[in-house]
Amino acid sequence: MSLESLYQDIILDHYKNPRGRGLMESPLGTAFHVNPTCGDEINMQVAASEDGGLLIGYEGTGCSISQASASVLYELVQGRPVADAESIRLAFVELMHSKGHADPDEEVLGDAIAFVGVAKYPARIKCALLPWMALQDAEIKGGLMSEPDSDQE
Amino acid sequence: MTGIDVARIRSDFPILKRTVRDDKPLIYLDNAATSQKPVEVLDAERTFYETSNAAAHRGAHQLAEEATEAYELARAQVAGFVGADASNIVFTKNATESLNLAAYAFSNATALSRWGTPVDPRFVLQPGDSVVVTEMEHHANLVPWQEVCAKTGASLRWVPLTDNGRLELAGLDGIIDASTKVVSVVHQSNILGTINPVAEIMAKAHAVGAVGVVDACQSIPHLPVDVSALGADLVAWSGHKMLGPTGIGLLYGTAEILDAMPPFLTGGSMIATVEMDRSTYAAAPQKFEAGVPMVAQAVGLGAAVNYLERLGMAQVAAHEQALTAYSLMAIGKIPGVRIIGPPEAVDRGSAISFVVAGIHPHDVGQVLDNMGIAVRVGHHCAWPTCRRFGVPATTRISPYIYNDLNDIDALVEGIVEAQRFFKVAS
Ligand SMILES: Cc1ncc(COP(=O)(O)O)c(C=O)c1O
Repeated sequence: MSLESLYQDIILDHYKNPRGRGLMESPLGTAFHVNPTCGDEINMQVAASEDGGLLIGYEGTGCSISQASASVLYELVQGRPVADAESIRLAFVELMHSKGHADPDEEVLGDAIAFVGVAKYPARIKCALLPWMALQDAEIKGGLMSEPDSDQE
Repeated sequence: MTGIDVARIRSDFPILKRTVRDDKPLIYLDNAATSQKPVEVLDAERTFYETSNAAAHRGAHQLAEEATEAYELARAQVAGFVGADASNIVFTKNATESLNLAAYAFSNATALSRWGTPVDPRFVLQPGDSVVVTEMEHHANLVPWQEVCAKTGASLRWVPLTDNGRLELAGLDGIIDASTKVVSVVHQSNILGTINPVAEIMAKAHAVGAVGVVDACQSIPHLPVDVSALGADLVAWSGHKMLGPTGIGLLYGTAEILDAMPPFLTGGSMIATVEMDRSTYAAAPQKFEAGVPMVAQAVGLGAAVNYLERLGMAQVAAHEQALTAYSLMAIGKIPGVRIIGPPEAVDRGSAISFVVAGIHPHDVGQVLDNMGIAVRVGHHCAWPTCRRFGVPATTRISPYIYNDLNDIDALVEGIVEAQRFFKVAS
């Protein structure tokens, strides 16, 4: 396994140049998640635009994988209907549990397909999932989504 | 370098022959988390299972006798290793359990005293009392005391740190005072490497009548330690960080304190008499060893003690001291790298934490792992200590007897490679 397969250029680019980073004034829901094994943190906020699109604000500290994942998340779900955002989220979660064997759909996952290599490193999957778990939590807290009845993790 | 023959030692550790991440030779620098095991430790456990396996301290058949003897021999070996008597050594699961055993003595005694059971008043806590730790404790020596405070109303105090990762001892008299009932401090920090003047701190604890506890997890595997010289009432450490198996930990206690403490885990093997509504307890150490004990692990630990004694702990310490001095110099001079902890190899062990500007420790660790170098990244179960130094996490090396200067050179190359890969100016 090469370092390049884990840290694809797209990931490093999102890490160095995060998209949409920053917090908003009055979110509907906020979730602060930490990875207790390494201390990575993400503060995820959601709100809804007038036409029902999801609005995202976030801040965080942590490794390249967790922070790039938050940036990619922003790029993928900002402005999208909540239901679309949820299918993207589920596709990403599935990708992370693929052990690196998935053939992800770029139509759905955009830059997130670059995370396929991360799925081969069990210790890093949690890093990649951190912002996405926080997103779900923020949506629930903001009343944009109901509590899931089954555990998708 | 010193009297330690690294090549010979390495040949005793089967795991060091394996490769990782596409055929890279393994460079294991994560000994503060757990050490590797020499073949004689593995053989000792196996031989026990093959020849003498039975429940120690139960039954009268020959195997039970042999198992009991093997278990008690291991206790004597460990005791000898730290200059104690066998009756002062309690076997636990790990240091975490040993420290909980100490902490629970306080919350249990406090609860028992409420209902009229006679207990030693030193263990009874109430609002206004204080528990003292330091800002460099492993969570194992912090969270149990937080729990004790929450259960009893006592308050937690801690000794702060200097920017160089030493204890700020100037204000100690204001922290350990007449309200203090217990002082529990780490001997050698697992994250900073600092070796603390525990004897001095224990003397202060005793001067105010407090119980003194030392977390010696990172010192006993690396330095010659005579537990009585630490001046503590209780000393906790783990077997798996000193070449022994997982699943066995140690608690040294003075005879007087072990006798005064209420038991922690209760059940079989720790009793004197049992009736339907009450029990009396065996004398220490049995009082603290409920259930069928981990005999094979104790036997393995006995073999680990033999191995270390053959090397000589003074030699082990000298070897590590040389590695530490070299590592501090070699890591410290890489541009963009900041060492978290004492920068000089004085009163300091081989665990060295650092951060690389512009690269998260997780990513540094990944690049090193890719080169076959196993280090620890994260907060090292000392999250408050990381916060004290304004870092979310660090990368940490912790060399041991089978590491040499080549391993440190490889590490330095790895750090530089990480800087190149992540394109940060070095
Ligand atoms: C200083 C210190 N204290 C306590 C512990 C806890 O040891 P264990 O996890 O073996 O119970 C460790 C090791 O992780 C440690 O380094």
